[in-house]
Amino acid sequence: MARALINVPAHAKKGDIIEIKALISHPMESGYRVGMNGTIIPRDIIHVFTCDYNGVEIFRADFSQAVAANPFMSFHTIATESGKLVFRWSGDKDFEATETAEIIVE
Amino acid sequence: MTGRVFIAAVLAALLAPALADEIPRAQRRSGYDAMSPQTRAMQDNESENPATLWVLDGEASWRKPEGEANKSCADCHGDASSMKGVAARYPRFDAARGKPVDIEQQINICRVERQKATPFAYESHELLAMTAFVARQSRGMPILPDKAAGAAKTVAEGQRLFTQRRGQLDLSCAQCHDDNWGRSLGGASIPQGQPNGYPLYRLEWQSVGSMRRRLRNCLSGMRAELWPVDAPEYVALEMYLMARAEGLRMESPAVRP
Repeated sequence: MARALINVPAHAKKGDIIEIKALISHPMESGYRVGMNGTIIPRDIIHVFTCDYNGVEIFRADFSQAVAANPFMSFHTIATESGKLVFRWSGDKDFEATETAEIIVE
Repeated sequence: MTGRVFIAAVLAALLAPALADEIPRAQRRSGYDAMSPQTRAMQDNESENPATLWVLDGEASWRKPEGEANKSCADCHGDASSMKGVAARYPRFDAARGKPVDIEQQINICRVERQKATPFAYESHELLAMTAFVARQSRGMPILPDKAAGAAKTVAEGQRLFTQRRGQLDLSCAQCHDDNWGRSLGGASIPQGQPNGYPLYRLEWQSVGSMRRRLRNCLSGMRAELWPVDAPEYVALEMYLMARAEGLRMESPAVRP
């Protein structure tokens, strides 16, 4: 399982704009590089990253070969209710990773 | 201008590169100072610093029993807080071995002698993770170079290598990092070459790398022949750089562009 670092404020006031950050360990191998033995290193990238807030998708990003290794995403949303944020990454070689974070909205 | 003064001036100009001075203590700067606010924030905040991924892996292997002895690092050293300040003191002169040892080598000495396990390869993920985890414990502490009798010889050797011209470009380390730090080279600013953040996450590498990797990077940039990866020259240079950086705060694991 890939390691991920999630940064979501633990508490927020209703209506606040909050910043969410998510970093995951992934090689993001472009598929264009040539290895030591002269053969192409097969592509191994993340294709889709999504963030659900209490079951509703609030953010989605499509990654390409141009994205660096260990991709770091930062985005904003409005704190509406207490609950769970679910982060999902999926990509080549059946790569799947899920992380969750709790937020309390007062 | 009288003839004598003119000759003195010309001589001074000719001799200047050979007489490169070390950076005065008050002007020593971490590479951090020249970074963008975004890169600084990435280093300062653990949940944004990609090197944290390595630190977490190092933490996991700190507690994992290894080798024939089936011992973990924690079995001897206890909590990781015992490593506080260690990275700020390495490389150190190892009296028993009669040679200086850097932190990566010390980790492998422990693996071979205490855990009876195979040593990690240089620049392997396992070694970088363990080094990052150990060095993390010294974050914020001032660099305390080894002042033992045996260390002085290696520091002097490191200084000799630092000031010696080499490679097809006929450059010494000092010509960039002592004489021209803060100026530009091909659009990038020249840092002082301070060792206070290693191992560090370099955005260009998209990975954590060791001081040794950085030195090899510089050597190939000077179009000089690389020393073998286990050559004592790297340890000598590391040791000189730590002596040169005495008192700078450790930032490991740092982030650099």
